[in-house]
Amino acid sequence: MAEMTYLSAISDGLREEMRHDESVFCMGEDIGAFGGAFKVTDGFIEEFGADRVWDTPLAENAIIGTAVGAAVEGLRPVCEMQFADFISCGFDQLVNVAAKMHYRQGLAVPMVVRLPSGGGFSGGPYHSQNPEAWFLQAPGLKVVAPSTADDAKGLLASAIRDPNPVVYLEHKHLYRRVKGEVPEGRYEVPLGRVRVAREGTDLTVISYGAMVGIALEATQDIDGASVEVIDLRSLVPLDTEGILRSVRKTSKVVVLHEATRSCGVGAEVCALIAQEAFEDLDGPVVRVTAPDVPIPFSPPLERAVLPQVDDVKEACRELLAY
Amino acid sequence: MATTTAKPAAIEDGGRRAVLTQEDRRALLRYMLLMRATEERALALYRQGKVPGSYYDGRGQEAISVGSAFVLGPRDRTCILHRDLGAHLIRGVRPGRVLAQMMGRAGGVTGGKDGNMHFGDTELGCVGMVSMLPDMALVTCGLALSFQMRKEPRVAMTWFGEGSTANGQWHEAMNVAGVRKLPAVFILENNQFAYSTPNEREFAVDPVKRAEVYGFPGVKVDGNDVEAVFYAAAEACERARSGGGPTLIECETMRMHGHGAHDDMRYVPKELFDVWAERDPIDRYERKLADDGIDVEQITASAKEEIERETEWALSQPMPEGPEALSGVFATSEPRLGDGNAPWSFWKEAANG
Repeated sequence: MAEMTYLSAISDGLREEMRHDESVFCMGEDIGAFGGAFKVTDGFIEEFGADRVWDTPLAENAIIGTAVGAAVEGLRPVCEMQFADFISCGFDQLVNVAAKMHYRQGLAVPMVVRLPSGGGFSGGPYHSQNPEAWFLQAPGLKVVAPSTADDAKGLLASAIRDPNPVVYLEHKHLYRRVKGEVPEGRYEVPLGRVRVAREGTDLTVISYGAMVGIALEATQDIDGASVEVIDLRSLVPLDTEGILRSVRKTSKVVVLHEATRSCGVGAEVCALIAQEAFEDLDGPVVRVTAPDVPIPFSPPLERAVLPQVDDVKEACRELLAY
Repeated sequence: MATTTAKPAAIEDGGRRAVLTQEDRRALLRYMLLMRATEERALALYRQGKVPGSYYDGRGQEAISVGSAFVLGPRDRTCILHRDLGAHLIRGVRPGRVLAQMMGRAGGVTGGKDGNMHFGDTELGCVGMVSMLPDMALVTCGLALSFQMRKEPRVAMTWFGEGSTANGQWHEAMNVAGVRKLPAVFILENNQFAYSTPNEREFAVDPVKRAEVYGFPGVKVDGNDVEAVFYAAAEACERARSGGGPTLIECETMRMHGHGAHDDMRYVPKELFDVWAERDPIDRYERKLADDGIDVEQITASAKEEIERETEWALSQPMPEGPEALSGVFATSEPRLGDGNAPWSFWKEAANG
């Protein structure tokens, strides 16, 4: 095992899959000679050539639509949206063509769309979005969001090998901040299973992506309470049993995510708990999320919008005292 | 830009001449007749209330999908649009399955999951369209990309109306195809109207002229002349297979029915309609083949008989069961696009060595 950053783990996972399977190739803007806006594909063009590391024109629908065609013909494209925000420009191909292909005509579309998501670096309203909830309303797409380096590699491998279109949310803020032991060689982290990031008995914080780290930091010591932290890892398919298991153990739940609140992943998790575990609850299910505003540019404004460690602490304290 | 109005010199492909035998010409007429007869029957079923939703056909445009798809080999792939039933039939879809599809029956190509002409039999190498036009032009680029990456001499072909050329995804597809010199053939059906919007309100520059600025050839053909369409498509496919990149073929035609069955075409000047009615692609080709001594009546009678049989089959198909609606959202196995029918004698000769 080697210690890697979250970014190197993604890069390593993609490289391993490309070395092992000739049908895997990547495409996106500036991913070739430049190595990608965040350098995930740095050095790839030298190793795999310009055909398999395709520097595309600036056209997101072209990236996704072309990937659909290549995927149904047996290749395994991995598309990079330079920023998650730009998926809006390729949304039609993703939700109308890729997502519905199997339902309408039984044809699998094995492709991955990598989305560098999230805020925390003054990216402003067009470089900081967390668009995952958009995809939960498009049946046919799988959606994953790793929070650790080894999950980043293993979930990417699973996404690439899955016969469906998978939206892979990689959080930009974690790229160089999160490090961890990452197994060498190829391995998969299965989609649809939560990870218990920390065991606990008094309260559960359910989160994914960058907020898992915030949850762990905020709850490592809250007045001696034993707080469980659940990392969803995969939003579609959602590990409902994994969620309910923890809820039944602790009876108190905080749902935390960086994306805006209304109709978000948190709303779905809360509704699940309300319907399936109402009698197990010892308090209201609490959401900590960004409010329903675009992500502002200026650092104090951005801090005011994105969930902070203190926001999580406060929510947990209030619920523990309920 | 080149304009093809008459049969060009025979096209060479691997030392074999791309010409139409008398048998091929009979097949071209048969497919056009089957397309029209299937659509006429579907329209009747719609009026009887047996086709839910709306109904869209390609009356007057039969020469285009038939003439172009006839060129394709079994391993070529297609993204076929809603006025191109002829291409489905050539790839091998039975008319009965098309009628069942339109009626939302279990025996339809999508088993009732999608309707109208939103289908493609994947076993025959067809990827079905979506309503957002021209999305499939990009999927076609992806199919062509896979052939190019694997160094396979195969072609991806798609069809779209001139209305599609106003959409950004059409530009993205032409640009990508031009940049990568993809083995793709784009068939533009200029049927004069995008729903009710006439050419002069659709674009300031004839779309076929744009091919040159995307870096590949554009040709204009008489879309009501099945052999002209065939030869233009044959030349384009040969170019694609030999690494010469994409071609845009604009077929000039007229949509002789409304955008859908609900559309009374009040926006079409009667004179324009009358001019095009004189140029009906099937009538013209029947006269031409009859002049060449081909027994047209026998082909017509056989097509009629086939549609009767297929209609009966389609009407005998059950409707799908409700719970089926919940199945098939996610794939559990790899994609599989199969090979299609390729009735042109060129391919039969190739198969026989």
